[in-house]
Amino acid sequence: MTAQSTASPLALDGVVKHYPGFTLQLSLDVPRGFVMGLVGANGSGKTTTIKTALGLVRPDAGQTRLVDKTRLGVVLDTPAYNPTWTVTQTGRLLSGFYPSWDAQRFAALTQGWGVPGNRKVKELSRGMGMKLQLAVALSHSAELLILDEPTSGLDPAARDELLDVLSEFMTADDHSILFSSHITADMARLADYVTILDAGRVIASDTTDDLLAAYSLAAGGPDELTPQVRAVAHGLRSHNTGWDALIPADAALALPTGVQLETPTIDDLAVRLPKGPDHD
Amino acid sequence: MALRVVVSNTSGAPIYDQISTQVQTAILQGDVEAGDLLPSIRALARDLRVSVITTTRAYQELVAAGFVANVPGKGYYVLPRDSELVREQLLRDVEGHLGAAWATARLAGIDRSELHALLDTLIDTPEES
Repeated sequence: MTAQSTASPLALDGVVKHYPGFTLQLSLDVPRGFVMGLVGANGSGKTTTIKTALGLVRPDAGQTRLVDKTRLGVVLDTPAYNPTWTVTQTGRLLSGFYPSWDAQRFAALTQGWGVPGNRKVKELSRGMGMKLQLAVALSHSAELLILDEPTSGLDPAARDELLDVLSEFMTADDHSILFSSHITADMARLADYVTILDAGRVIASDTTDDLLAAYSLAAGGPDELTPQVRAVAHGLRSHNTGWDALIPADAALALPTGVQLETPTIDDLAVRLPKGPDHD
Repeated sequence: MALRVVVSNTSGAPIYDQISTQVQTAILQGDVEAGDLLPSIRALARDLRVSVITTTRAYQELVAAGFVANVPGKGYYVLPRDSELVREQLLRDVEGHLGAAWATARLAGIDRSELHALLDTLIDTPEES
């Protein structure tokens, strides 16, 4: 095995990109053989990160490294193909770009997923457009899949099919995935690593298990909201009859008795971590 | 019998824990036999739609507990149930349960001989199927 084939398929190193009122500043490494989820609120920099990774945005500083374009599969909210081509034409024209194009596989996948060959790209629904892009990726032996908000706008059945495709894709140990998402429980289960963005920076990045184990979602009554609790309560939501907040797991042990603790979701972390402890 | 592993998002237990516990139960109940090959890490991850790190961690715990062995390049094999590590693990479980029983007995004012008698009765009563 050459060094090239074991290197991570995507790395952003010290990338900086300035926009009016927003600066993206991060490093990111998607390990070969694993799935990374990129989460954060709208405007946190998920899409800019993905565009930078794909070379669609040129960073002001820093380096990006990406697998060869012929080994890359991309799923965007709108397919980046000529909107007036039909599905069949798209396959035929893309076959010229990819040395390993498998026309039979493309036909079988699009047919199997009910993507009509004679339909124009611009006429495809959100779910169909996603399936077309996945079919393209799987027909040229992509080893890295980059998906921007793959589940948004999908009905539950289409999301289920997406999960099937992604988990099947990951049975090859040299395959990797980076997806950005408002992460749902089913997507969180699939992610080996999660990176949380806020205001253009990485505020947490770890294995999903370790990230979830590092925090507890705590809830209690008004009397239990002591200054000590406030000092560690990320994203505190306080109301007339109680409060809830994200608490570091090591601090959770010292909470007043009666405070309920449960395992947070990735969404809880993405929403509450940026807010930090309460300071008012 | 087949290996049965199902995971829940809402059980509260980490998914790797749910997997290793269920495989352990299947081994102890004899649903899988010594020498059986477990699903590969990536095949199990696909089937359960969980991350590869999750299934890897579950299998590592089973190796550490002496239930399975990893043969590099081949996969994870079920070890004989009477292996030393498994026995130790089960012994620890028994000690834990007996300790809890004794603690509860003291709360209820049940003394040593009563507890012994209770245990003997339990052992002599045929298990309901």
